[in-house]
Amino acid sequence: MSSPPLRFFTFAAPSRFYSLSGRLLPWLWGAAALVAAIGLYLGFFVAPTDAQQGESYRIIFIHVPAAWMSMVVYLAMAAWAAIGWIFNARMASMLARALAPSGLVFTLIALATGSFWGKPAWGTWWVWDARLTSELILLFLYLGYIALVEAIDDVRRADHAGALLAIVGAVNVPVIYFSVRWWNTLHQGATITMSAAPKMQSTMLVAMLLLTFAFWAYAFAVVFVRTRAIVLEREHDAQWVRGLALSARGPS
Amino acid sequence: MNWGSASEFFAMGGYGVYVWGSYGITAALIGVEAWLALRRRRRALNTAVSAARAAAAGEVPR
Amino acid sequence: MSPPASPSLLAALFVRDLRLALRRRTEALLPIGFFVVAVALFPLGVGPEPQTLRQIAPGVIWVCALLAAMLSVSQLYASDFADGTLEQLLLTGRSTTLMAAARAAAHWTLTGLPLVIAAPLFGLLFDLSSAALRILALSLLLGTPVLSLLGSLGAALTLGLRSAGVLLILIVLPLAIPALIFGTGAVAAVDAGQPAGAHLSLLGALLIVTALGVPPATAAALRISLD
Repeated sequence: MSSPPLRFFTFAAPSRFYSLSGRLLPWLWGAAALVAAIGLYLGFFVAPTDAQQGESYRIIFIHVPAAWMSMVVYLAMAAWAAIGWIFNARMASMLARALAPSGLVFTLIALATGSFWGKPAWGTWWVWDARLTSELILLFLYLGYIALVEAIDDVRRADHAGALLAIVGAVNVPVIYFSVRWWNTLHQGATITMSAAPKMQSTMLVAMLLLTFAFWAYAFAVVFVRTRAIVLEREHDAQWVRGLALSARGPS
Repeated sequence: MNWGSASEFFAMGGYGVYVWGSYGITAALIGVEAWLALRRRRRALNTAVSAARAAAAGEVPR
Repeated sequence: MSPPASPSLLAALFVRDLRLALRRRTEALLPIGFFVVAVALFPLGVGPEPQTLRQIAPGVIWVCALLAAMLSVSQLYASDFADGTLEQLLLTGRSTTLMAAARAAAHWTLTGLPLVIAAPLFGLLFDLSSAALRILALSLLLGTPVLSLLGSLGAALTLGLRSAGVLLILIVLPLAIPALIFGTGAVAAVDAGQPAGAHLSLLGALLIVTALGVPPATAAALRISLD
């Protein structure tokens, strides 16, 4: 393709990101669907019933991956936003903005599935255990970031203000988690915990890891789609966008 | 294989509501998110197309 | 007014902010007014049973203190932002971090300190023991500066925005949760007859880290918002 050697910042140009991500997308969607199918098959048809929790434990196949993704995406968002701020790299900032809604969705999934998982065990739709409560606070952190960047009209100010907020949030996450664990052990006598994950048989573990990978591939796919949208929105005056637009076969 | 019949599968040992509720909500959230993202990209492309055509046709000096 | 002889930047800005705020005394008292009303709402909403009130008291007082602090903090920068003074201050090239610290200190003096003094009185409304009242005052003494610092960061980030007030609360509240937990935990511990030392130490550590880390972040936020 291009003869000049690829350097680290080669794909920092929006045009290159747009074309590269476009080529990767079908593979990402395909990988997500395929691996999810395999993982779910293993999870439902091969993994055995849990002795203590019966069939309800099968919720962990989506609850745990979603919770992991919600954390990872927040850190990725903060990291890309920081890079965009420190190096004035527009592409990095666009990526950060695109990551936020996905992180929010994963957090919602983690909270909803956590709630459904806890209901048979606890009889209530919500349990103020340390992990779920921390997940709830992560939801607030996402909402705060999204609210802030959406409220600022100037794109550059929005990106950089969001970066600062995301960094402060990321630094605070361990403190928040520690304080919530502290709070949880204080007020109850016995520690309230969610249904603990069952002793993981290898099939259960494999299924969960496969679904984690599937979520990961899905996250890449949907974040890339969103980033491409943001690139087109922001760079619509650029030559390469004009060229792309004029060669597109009409509104699809 | 774990399940004797389809109805056993859907019942999930009595936890059907919770298990399928979870998977249902997850599928719904993911579906909506993907649809919204794709729609956003499509709209952005349409806007870019209109703008590019307008600029080309009108020969607007910039 | 003539500045005092060889003022440090911190002291000069601090005194200026206090002077400006005290000119509009009614506005300066609004946060306290809010606090009083908000705290009184809880017994009205929850019922007058003394046992319940004693249990919810630390949480109620702390949350109301938190909200009172957040509601008043955007005013801190608003008027200087509106008339361009803030930009001028940044252009002077002096330490923006110290300016941010001075602002937060002024905010605390106007909002936090009165709460530290007033809160134990409200603790009486909830029938807290005198030991609990002492620890409540101490926890607020350590905690309200944290709230002022976090609030000033939020104010700097939301400078000049339309819905700055509510937005600020949304972005700062999650960050204030550790302070809330340690502060109320200290009072709850004393109520249960246990020592509050651990909670207060954690709160103190949080205060130190916040005091060192947040003013530079606020300074960065000001530069982001004003450039």
